[in-house]
Amino acid sequence: MHGFANPARFLRFARWLTPLLLAAGLVITGASLWWGLARAPAEALQGDSVRILFIHVPTAWLGMAGWMAIAGASMAELVWRHPLAGIAARAAAAPGAVFTAVCLTTGSLWGRPAWNTWWVWDGRLTSMLVLLFLYFAYMALASAAENDGQGGNARIPAIFGLVGAINIPVIHYSVIWWYSIHQPPSLSMGKSAMSSEFLYPLLASTIGFSLIFGGVVLARMRAILADAQAEARLRRKAFAED
Amino acid sequence: MSAMKAKHQRLILVLISMAALIGAGLLAIWGLRGNASYFYVPADIAANPPAADRAVRLGGMVEAGSLKTAPDGVTIHFVVGDGKARVPVIYRNIVPDLFKEGSGVVAEGKLGHDGTFVADNLLAKHDEKYVPREMKDMTEDQACKTVEAVK
Repeated sequence: MHGFANPARFLRFARWLTPLLLAAGLVITGASLWWGLARAPAEALQGDSVRILFIHVPTAWLGMAGWMAIAGASMAELVWRHPLAGIAARAAAAPGAVFTAVCLTTGSLWGRPAWNTWWVWDGRLTSMLVLLFLYFAYMALASAAENDGQGGNARIPAIFGLVGAINIPVIHYSVIWWYSIHQPPSLSMGKSAMSSEFLYPLLASTIGFSLIFGGVVLARMRAILADAQAEARLRRKAFAED
Repeated sequence: MSAMKAKHQRLILVLISMAALIGAGLLAIWGLRGNASYFYVPADIAANPPAADRAVRLGGMVEAGSLKTAPDGVTIHFVVGDGKARVPVIYRNIVPDLFKEGSGVVAEGKLGHDGTFVADNLLAKHDEKYVPREMKDMTEDQACKTVEAVK
């Protein structure tokens, strides 16, 4: 693991892994969405609106996975001072927020025909909205820490990333702990309440979206590193001219 | 050696903070357990009936065979049950597509003096099962066998 903490070594392997992840992700996502939207059958009760599932579930998973990545990287940053951990956490925030927003939007579009409402304040919906606001707060803190020029405040977004992780189990168990309008999970370890016509395209689109997420995070990490490099070069130049 | 020590100190500090945080979270959830639910189930209503003018939500299963449409064609009667208690419901409006007997429902309204729940809005609750339309009319056993067969 420590090998990847070296930015030069990271850049060497990110250079070919980034386009590979993005291309594979786009192909798999495209194919699985075609499978889910055009080939999968209509659901017995929901009819065609079930097809929103193939976007809703992967984005929900990545919204939560994005924060788990932030929390894990924040821990590595706080404890081991990995030079890349903070960059990884910052890179995961924006795509995580986008996926969370897509999850909320698609859920709302599905809820109108299925539940007869766009939005209710039940445990699952509320905790997912809180996750979106946590992302916004994290991004604001991270950019404030970046702009203060000292680099000393980088610990504040890391601590916030760890504290915010408490919301992830709340999202997951909200439908089990409290009576809520959102259905309990259809998939758990080795068990599925979903027939294979829906399960397989769902698994495929989850893999596809996850690869895209990984590719975007790597691309953003490279961009942040390139920015830092350019800034360091400018600073050296300014000193040399003095 | 001293760098090693600082690293361990930070690790212990982070772990202790996380443990305290998780403890605080569990306490908050424990405190919320009665209040964060989106609706009451019939057993809650039976044990602790809400005041007649208080707007509440009642959630549960629409009992099979209980759904009846009044002669005016708009008013419906049905019974919401949770296996422990049953609450009769009256509703006068358009029902959502997913509303049917044996399926989950959340009714918003008030509990009348006679113990009938007067709903002014219905929300359908979908369960975690997803099956294609062709398997809709099968019994659960048949559907499970079909699912097994195509796996």
